Amino acid sequence: IAENGMVTIMSPNPEGGQNVKTAMPMIVAEELDIDWKQVIVEQAPLNTKLYTRQYIGGSQAIRTSWKTLRTAGATARQMLREAAAQAWGVPVDEITTETGTLHHKKSGKSAGYGTMASAAAKITVPSDIKLKDKKDFKIIGTSRKNVDVPKMVSGKPLYGIDIKREGMLIAMIVHSPAFGMKLKSVNDGEARAMPGIKDIFTVKIFNDDYERQFFDTCTFNEVVAVVGKTTWQVMNAKKALKIDWEPFSDQTIQRKGFGGPAQTVTIPAGLESTDDHKARMAEMMAKPAKVERKDGDPETAFKNAARIIERNYTGPFLAHNCMEPLNFFAHVTPEKAELAGPLQKAELTERALASRLGMPVEKIDIQIMRLGGGFGRKSYAHYLIEAALISQKIKAPVKLMYMREDDMTSGIYRPMYSVNYRAALDANNSLVGFHVKAGGIPENPLEANRFPAGAVDHYLAESWTINSNITQGSFRAPRSNFIAAAEQSFLDELAEAAGKDPIEFRLELLDRAMKKPIGKENDYDASRYAGVLKLVREKSGWGKTQPGTHRGVSAYFCHNTYVAEVLDVKFENTKLTIPRVCCAVDCGIVVNPDAATNLSEGAIVDGIGNALFGAMTFKNGVPEKSNFHAYRMIRHHEAPRAIDVHFVQNDIDPTGMGEPAFPPVFAALANALYKATGKRFYDQPFISGLNLSKQGGSVKKGAREVLV
Amino acid sequence: MITLNVNQKNYQVDADPDMPLLWAIRDIIGLTGTKYGCGIAQCGACVVHLDGEAVRSCVTRVKRAEGKKVVTIEGLSKNNDHPLQVAWQEIDVPQCGYCHSGQLMSAAVLLRENSNPTDKDIDNAMAGNICRCGTYLRIRKAIHLAAELQRSGSAKK
Repeated sequence: IAENGMVTIMSPNPEGGQNVKTAMPMIVAEELDIDWKQVIVEQAPLNTKLYTRQYIGGSQAIRTSWKTLRTAGATARQMLREAAAQAWGVPVDEITTETGTLHHKKSGKSAGYGTMASAAAKITVPSDIKLKDKKDFKIIGTSRKNVDVPKMVSGKPLYGIDIKREGMLIAMIVHSPAFGMKLKSVNDGEARAMPGIKDIFTVKIFNDDYERQFFDTCTFNEVVAVVGKTTWQVMNAKKALKIDWEPFSDQTIQRKGFGGPAQTVTIPAGLESTDDHKARMAEMMAKPAKVERKDGDPETAFKNAARIIERNYTGPFLAHNCMEPLNFFAHVTPEKAELAGPLQKAELTERALASRLGMPVEKIDIQIMRLGGGFGRKSYAHYLIEAALISQKIKAPVKLMYMREDDMTSGIYRPMYSVNYRAALDANNSLVGFHVKAGGIPENPLEANRFPAGAVDHYLAESWTINSNITQGSFRAPRSNFIAAAEQSFLDELAEAAGKDPIEFRLELLDRAMKKPIGKENDYDASRYAGVLKLVREKSGWGKTQPGTHRGVSAYFCHNTYVAEVLDVKFENTKLTIPRVCCAVDCGIVVNPDAATNLSEGAIVDGIGNALFGAMTFKNGVPEKSNFHAYRMIRHHEAPRAIDVHFVQNDIDPTGMGEPAFPPVFAALANALYKATGKRFYDQPFISGLNLSKQGGSVKKGAREVLV
Repeated sequence: MITLNVNQKNYQVDADPDMPLLWAIRDIIGLTGTKYGCGIAQCGACVVHLDGEAVRSCVTRVKRAEGKKVVTIEGLSKNNDHPLQVAWQEIDVPQCGYCHSGQLMSAAVLLRENSNPTDKDIDNAMAGNICRCGTYLRIRKAIHLAAELQRSGSAKK
């Protein structure tokens, strides 16, 4: 708190578009009782002594910091009150505050926070601080503008890629063109002689005996680094390199689970292809798998069923495609390591880096820059370690830049998934048995305790995995981003088979889970789940569709937030358009409503894009897409014409918004497309299942063409 | 040496004539508002104005810019008050923000040529700019607002 009353609030968590850099300081400012205009927000550096959980991940920033941030603000306010009480010689209980000013009514004294700040800083930090009554909130629950937008729209440097330092060199890496291959030999003679090139060498990211932590995933552990003066010179030298790669044999690494003990993990040899993946997934699906949950007697329920409906769903590998490609700045000297760039989990990376550089953590300084998108990809910090090792070797400050092609083909993808659902209906069309068997390469997407577990008497959940050398990583709403699409499409089909309205069908199941839940492990609140479905039914005008418009509904609970969506599709002049998406959210208290709305809108657009177009495929280990000419991303003209977002009003402590609105939209789209085309969409991306000739449309390539 | 005029300032740039304008602007001149996204004219993060036309600086040879006027996001206005910059802030458009200098530079050409663009005009003009955060609806809204501000003269040009 400065003498002039301006308050600088350090926002602890990395910012990559979730807008925590505005929301987290809002929470502090609320309890501190200051005007938002008095606030200057700065990004805190990584400092595990001062801050906790400086991550982007799991939509948890607001939820896990809610009490901490409130307490920080309220504690500072209390210390200011005590300082004023001491200065004026009055009891602290008689000191009130009002937007940055301390008052003592009886004596008529008042002072700005700034004049008491120095004295307040000397007071012992009090405990047992009383927090505000939620009904007295003045900042929380009101829309405040993203603090970085003025800088963004004027092009100020904000991102890792914008870093420039005296004597800084540019580095790029060349990684294997195929999964399943490793470096054999490098002929760099020609490249070395090119203008601006300083050095070319190989970099080994993790040592063989290193026990890798959960986010130490690294696809290509040995890469070739090219270092030079400018980006363009380095790009050209990269092309002139002659590198031989060779297939690797099965290899093992030591890897820690997420909070679990270290395990020996095998990275299998082989040059994998998407066609093989599909065949192997079908094989696994035909075999019994690992039982993850069983309620009642599913075998008998299916034996006695009046009707059994069975469907299989698949989803491909997805590349994150953050608009800002991977990059990091590093300046490593024997005395210290200075790093800066985009990173989701700096706290965990610090340890990996210390171990690799052979340097104590205290000598490592990581500045967190604004991320030009993260979506999970920037949790895996191999690129930071690469930058540090390159700087250490070349003995100069270095900015490591991935070209788009290096980024898109570097693995750590959303896994490839498959799920098989079976439902047993009795003669009254009631759902009496439910069987989910889910698997993936190399991770399975099963969430065994989620809805409709708890709502069905006889329930069986199984999982399987197929190991692969194609690396996987967190991708916006991991697992949920696939399983929601499948489950909510399947429920739509069940509702239809049972002759029921899809919202009513879900509500009946949720009512069951509320009144007479099966099992004790159900990890959702059925009444809040039903709440968002009822809200979206009301706000969307469910049942009153415009002629030519077809609607689909979907609802999901993940990352502690409930979301239901109704999506409309329309075929206009043979083109598919999405006139409207209506979205209902229950995230408890909405800290910054317009920002939460923005995130929901974005998640819906992103979800539609990935559902329609997203896919990474492989041939003999080689990723078949390397840039946006091949990897189709949703564009302006393909986005919905309107999205309206509605929040359930309650005073439950807030939960996150980065992920939850993303998973349900896949199924809302699939269900709407079914209504429009009469065809169910079981396999992502849906574009491959849209029979365009039937719709009279055509797919044209290029940036300016309209959707389908 | 190539002489470049960027944001009304002359720079002597010692660069390979084939170097894309993007890297001359970022690495040599040191203006980093213009972003690298794909390097193959697919995403629009690098859009700048070359004699008033929107070009993808990642595939524009620096030699081509010689003798022409280059405007980057830093030169769109003096005080961050181009109607689009005002509207972007008013609508609170960005999420991660990375693609927005390119979005703004594409939108600026649209708005100069069409003072009252329809949704379809916006779709056509902006189709080359990808936003993975999915802020397209807010961009559309902000362009409409900017057009209104421009017509009513409430934001300085």
